[in-house]
Amino acid sequence: MALSPVLGTAPHRTGLHPLHALLLGFPVALFATGLAADIAYLDTAEMQWSNFAAWANAGALVFGGVVLAWSVLAAVRGRTRWLYPLLLAAMWVVGLVNAFQHSHDAWASVGTTGLILSILSTALAVVAGWIAYSPARAGDVR
Amino acid sequence: MTRPLAPVTLAPVTLALLLAACGSGAADIRQTGPDPVLPAQDRALVPPIKVAEPAGWNGATPTVPAGLTITPYATGFKVPRQMLVLPNGDLLVAEGKGGADAPTLRPKDLIADYIKSFAGNGVKGGDRVSLLRDADGDGRPELRTVLIDGLDAPYGLALVGGDLYVAEQGSLKRYGYTTGTTRIAGKGQEITKLPSKVNHHWTKSLAASADGSKLYVGIGSNSNVGERGLEVEEDRAVVWEIDRATGAHRTLASGIRNPTALAIEPRTGALWSVANERDELGARLVPDYLTQVRDGAFYGWPYSYYGRHVDPRVHPQRPDLVSRATVPDYALGSHVAALGLSFATNGGLGGAFAEGAFVGEHGSWNRQDLAGYKVGWVPFAGGRPAGQPRDLVTGFIADGKARGRPVGVTFDPARHVLFVADDLSNTVWRVAPAGRRGAAPASPTGG
Repeated sequence: MALSPVLGTAPHRTGLHPLHALLLGFPVALFATGLAADIAYLDTAEMQWSNFAAWANAGALVFGGVVLAWSVLAAVRGRTRWLYPLLLAAMWVVGLVNAFQHSHDAWASVGTTGLILSILSTALAVVAGWIAYSPARAGDVR
Repeated sequence: MTRPLAPVTLAPVTLALLLAACGSGAADIRQTGPDPVLPAQDRALVPPIKVAEPAGWNGATPTVPAGLTITPYATGFKVPRQMLVLPNGDLLVAEGKGGADAPTLRPKDLIADYIKSFAGNGVKGGDRVSLLRDADGDGRPELRTVLIDGLDAPYGLALVGGDLYVAEQGSLKRYGYTTGTTRIAGKGQEITKLPSKVNHHWTKSLAASADGSKLYVGIGSNSNVGERGLEVEEDRAVVWEIDRATGAHRTLASGIRNPTALAIEPRTGALWSVANERDELGARLVPDYLTQVRDGAFYGWPYSYYGRHVDPRVHPQRPDLVSRATVPDYALGSHVAALGLSFATNGGLGGAFAEGAFVGEHGSWNRQDLAGYKVGWVPFAGGRPAGQPRDLVTGFIADGKARGRPVGVTFDPARHVLFVADDLSNTVWRVAPAGRRGAAPASPTGG
């Protein structure tokens, strides 16, 4: 089998539609960005970090919402297992709660609650991404 | 020009945007007077937001107690705010709307701006001072002119001798005034610049000291509770004392979140202010207040409210400042948005309204049960508040919709008339004792 020129491993087919894969990249990256910004805010009390986190979280919700809708449709049509949309749904709900949490003013915008929510949404996005980006099996999201 | 306020179709507007978790419910607690009840902080996940949908007056008027009458004095203003009665009885009305430079910093700002846009009427601020003259005293002005044009969000007005002072959102200006003038050309002389960076709370309230030597300017905070960073709060949430001759200023009092109107108490000559307190700590926190502005006092913002009640949303905290925070004199109720203050003199409106303060309350957004939307009366005795407040002008809310929202109030002692600016229907209302000449109801010109 030929090696991938980039990663030096066997090319694997995820079975993901390329647009779906692109959209899914946003919540994975943006929830993680939000988490990093939250940690920076708790460390510095510099408001801009909390603002960054709020925008990153909002962006993750926008793209994550599209991915979620797509995955639900795919599951309804029997093209993916329900675990994937359920993970995305959990990620999105946690992110929404976190958006409200981050709308609180000043030091109340993050706190222990915000940090835990950011960790959860990041973890759920990573797990959902891990499943989606894993090598194709019959019936994956297309 | 003014857009008719009649049926504005804004379906989503009664933004009962939320939630069972917040707002009203519990049996009400007393949050007016010298010793308000302050419940525990209630930081709902989503802050309660409710602004009353605008509706027109359609010929109706606000309500006043028996023995008084209220009539529309003039309408068609462009966001009337504060007013001033001149010695000859002319009424000046500052029209404007500032704060447009406050940048959007986070998603919440976008959403909040969108929601609050439903509470207004779409009228652009006039950036001018209008003059109205009712020489024959029939309660309707025969003359109406633009006294000063081309201003930048004028708000506070004061007259000392032949000097008329206008507090714009970023500058205190002086204009030469002679009695009877109906038009002042020219740009005015800048006495001092006023803090204008961001200008989240942009209104610059103004009063002259009893002896006329000093000017006081109220400068509101640049945030609810420091969420734009504390570096933009330098010279904010303060009252400046400005030397009238030199323009030099010093901070008279600090930690006073948004001192929206200043006035001199007539018996004592002391400076008083109404101030708007912080949001998003619950429907019953924090009461707006009326207080004497004491030299050197720190009123808590942002670190604490009503004395030493610490606000955990500020970090790092400042226990050193909190320990010396001054308790305001008199609570007006949570979220009522007090924007107007004027003292009764020379017998006031008579009866129960002879000695005390008129307070214009613009009305709430941060609680499910609407509060404010009225002109209140705080009785005074010996230069101090005495007893619970009374409602003076009500009826701004009807069927859950706002027909008007009071801003500035100003009392004309020579004619025993109270003027009330209403920046929703863009009207100035005139309250007078019934039976006096000129108090007969004029036919409302609509709203």
